[in-house]
Amino acid sequence: MIELRDVSHAFDGRMILHDVHLRLDQRRIGVVGANGSGKSTFARLLNGLLVPTQGRVLVDGLDTRTDGKAVRRAVGFVFQNPDSQIVFPIVSEDLAFGLKPLRLPRAELDARIDAALRRYGMERYRDHPCHHLSGGEKQLLALSSVLIMEPRHVILDEPTTLLDLRNRNRVVEALGDLPQRIIVVSHDLDLFRDFDRVIVFDGGRIVADDDPAPALAHYVSLMS
Amino acid sequence: MTLGLHLPGDSVIHRLPVGWKIGCLLLASTGLFLVSDPAWLALALAGVAILVIVARIPPSVMARQMAPALVILAILVAVQAIFASGREALELGLRFGALLPLACLVTFTSRVSDMIEFIERITAPLARIGFDPAAVALALTLAIRFIPVLFQLMTEIRDAQRARGLERSPLAFFAPLLIRTLKMAHEVSEAIEARGDPAPPDGPAGRSRANRK
Repeated sequence: MIELRDVSHAFDGRMILHDVHLRLDQRRIGVVGANGSGKSTFARLLNGLLVPTQGRVLVDGLDTRTDGKAVRRAVGFVFQNPDSQIVFPIVSEDLAFGLKPLRLPRAELDARIDAALRRYGMERYRDHPCHHLSGGEKQLLALSSVLIMEPRHVILDEPTTLLDLRNRNRVVEALGDLPQRIIVVSHDLDLFRDFDRVIVFDGGRIVADDDPAPALAHYVSLMS
Repeated sequence: MTLGLHLPGDSVIHRLPVGWKIGCLLLASTGLFLVSDPAWLALALAGVAILVIVARIPPSVMARQMAPALVILAILVAVQAIFASGREALELGLRFGALLPLACLVTFTSRVSDMIEFIERITAPLARIGFDPAAVALALTLAIRFIPVLFQLMTEIRDAQRARGLERSPLAFFAPLLIRTLKMAHEVSEAIEARGDPAPPDGPAGRSRANRK
């Protein structure tokens, strides 16, 4: 479970998030809000990429302020632009990157890479240059590079924003099959229809936190 | 754009440890500079051609990879022929004509991750004087990985400026390129941190970022 206790975050003297107090224990949680509403800051607080200026963020009991490395092992993060997340030039090498500190034997490393590629039918891209992949394939590679670390929670920051409809659907389908807790920040409201909970941000505060239908209705009325 | 990266294969050369390949490349390049007899240099060139065949690298791929360097080599050979002698021009052409495909052969038959691991391993003793091999290896990897990404960025910016009639303005090209490159560098550092941060030393995550948005 991820818990935020009286969390506030400021940047350059400006408050980005105000007094967020939450327990995230559902399996599929959506986060929406206008640009600059604080939702991306909220997402970055959940795996210790940011440490709150006030309050605490706890992931399965680990404090992001003091147990950052362990928190990042538990919480995977998929970014909006996969090009910023893919580090190695070849697909299999990029998948192996996160596993490097584990110093796995070559056979086990290869087995994990093969399993990660099989999950999204990308076996034929094993030795492919990453920059030759399509946008959707890059996003699936970025997701695979996170899942190969076997995190218990996955945060996705606008994972479908840069994708066309076909690739968007591939990524949405992939998300639907994940056994992990997923927290998705997005403007793609259709994505959240089957979620367990949707949190709406406005001006750095939570203004709605409910089942998808009422929360999204609140968001739509806020934006009109 | 192929970037001269790894071409998968199972030839003897592919299977050689990367340290051996880099070592042989160093020895061969030193040897090529010690030899000045065109007959020996031609023999070396023929030897490299055999290695390329053994590694089963398609000639078209090799030619495409070497094309920019060959243009420069052709200019150098011409200059040498005009200002020195025909023999020196021949020596230069044969020497670099053997060296270039040999270097390409090493990159084509070696995975970037193996190369980076090798660099990390041989620079490990320098850690005692404050050198961080993992960080340097990661920086080299990123430099290779982001060449095509930056080319794509440059094309996008050039197209956008052309659409606005600003194709002759260096400022209109370099200002957005710099801003987007810096923004991407920030995103990449964040992504590396999120993916497990293998390079920096242990410590509480994100502490240095406490005041960042």
